[in-house]
Amino acid sequence: MSAPAPRPYALVAELSHRCPLHCPYCSNPVELVRGSRELESATWARVLAEASDLGALQVLLTGGEPLLRPDLEAIVAAARERELYATLITSGVPLSSARLDALCRAGLDAVQLSFQAGDASGDAVAGARVYARKLEVAGWVKERDLPLTVNVVVHRHNVERIAEVIALAERLRADRLELATVQFVGFANANRSDLRPSAAALQRMRGEAFAARERLAGRMEVVVVAPDERSDAPVACMDGWASRYIVVAPDGVALPCHAARMLPLPFASVRDRPLRWIWQESPAFQAFRGEAWMPDPCRTCERRAIDHGGCRCRAFLAWGDPAAPDPACTRAVPLAPPAAAAGPAVRRVNAGDRDVDDRAPVPLGVTRR
Amino acid sequence: MTLPTRPRLARRARLRHDPLSGRDVLLYPERGLMLSASAGEILSLCDGTRTLDMIVADLHGRHGGVACEIIARDVDQLLVALASRRLVEEAP
Repeated sequence: MSAPAPRPYALVAELSHRCPLHCPYCSNPVELVRGSRELESATWARVLAEASDLGALQVLLTGGEPLLRPDLEAIVAAARERELYATLITSGVPLSSARLDALCRAGLDAVQLSFQAGDASGDAVAGARVYARKLEVAGWVKERDLPLTVNVVVHRHNVERIAEVIALAERLRADRLELATVQFVGFANANRSDLRPSAAALQRMRGEAFAARERLAGRMEVVVVAPDERSDAPVACMDGWASRYIVVAPDGVALPCHAARMLPLPFASVRDRPLRWIWQESPAFQAFRGEAWMPDPCRTCERRAIDHGGCRCRAFLAWGDPAAPDPACTRAVPLAPPAAAAGPAVRRVNAGDRDVDDRAPVPLGVTRR
Repeated sequence: MTLPTRPRLARRARLRHDPLSGRDVLLYPERGLMLSASAGEILSLCDGTRTLDMIVADLHGRHGGVACEIIARDVDQLLVALASRRLVEEAP
């Protein structure tokens, strides 16, 4: 018998994998969900209500680019109807000032806006000229007195210039700055050798971020997302498998984390099953919940309450077995030899308009624009 | 940290009831605080029209057995903690 399911606190609603940007560190799966398979508005409204009934208090409207959904206002309104705190996570690129007004009227609570760097140099990373537009969008957000989070994925090519990112967030009067060290899933995993910052550079970045946090206390919150690939200890991935978060992919497949789709587990879709069944009873959500699944030496390790066994995706990528110890753990001797699951560490393009046709797989070249 | 004289919730914070726990919860970007019954009651009075003294008097009226000094101390403690997180602010 398994313990009763905990309560989910947040629904991560991946509304679309379509996106005007082509960032090589994108966490979306390389096999993107095409636009025609996206859930319809009514299903999202049902999922939001079901998530609220399960206990969710927050909804993160993300993607891809959620603004590419023409029904985003209706989805926000459905979230607000259930009193969910709704945050739009966006590139900002497709936004207009009139649309932001409509989203505010629908009940949007907050905006998280991505930047690639502290200046227009990030446009080369995004694969589009977007920096000026993002500045404009940040202005609209602040004009409407909405809370603004500036999010920057930190990787080899911007890790040395974090001071400029901090200065940008201050100029924009952001409420939060999120410095998210690149997580090696999806496109980022395919491009990892090009993106991985050195340990020394990461250490300097953390120092700058912590100094900024102290200096800006009471004005701006500075959050550092730790790398998922550490050499000393596993991270508490998603605060534990199916413990606090539900991710619903654009086509309705429900996941304990946005990367988990790579795992050989029978993930159900909200099209076929109520969210309550998926969360409480589905074999996939129960697979690594709690501690009963843990291998030795995790099951007796005193850190198991801290890291919950670490990341199942990293274990799968390293050892071909999602139930194996997290490869970052220095205490565990892996039971199986490393699998080739991670694939060759070649640079892959996050290309096309990302509304890909099933017959035309995402081009995975070795060149970058 | 100076206390607001007429406190109200910051724009980024939203107070709601949580039926699962029976408690009030204060939500803000990508975070939330589960509130004790008294914290929820205090915050529901922070609407930007009441002064701190009025809030304490209101609570004393509801809980006559509790001394005003004790209530005032609780109100101050809560509002200092929330103001330092920018979740309550001075009404304009």
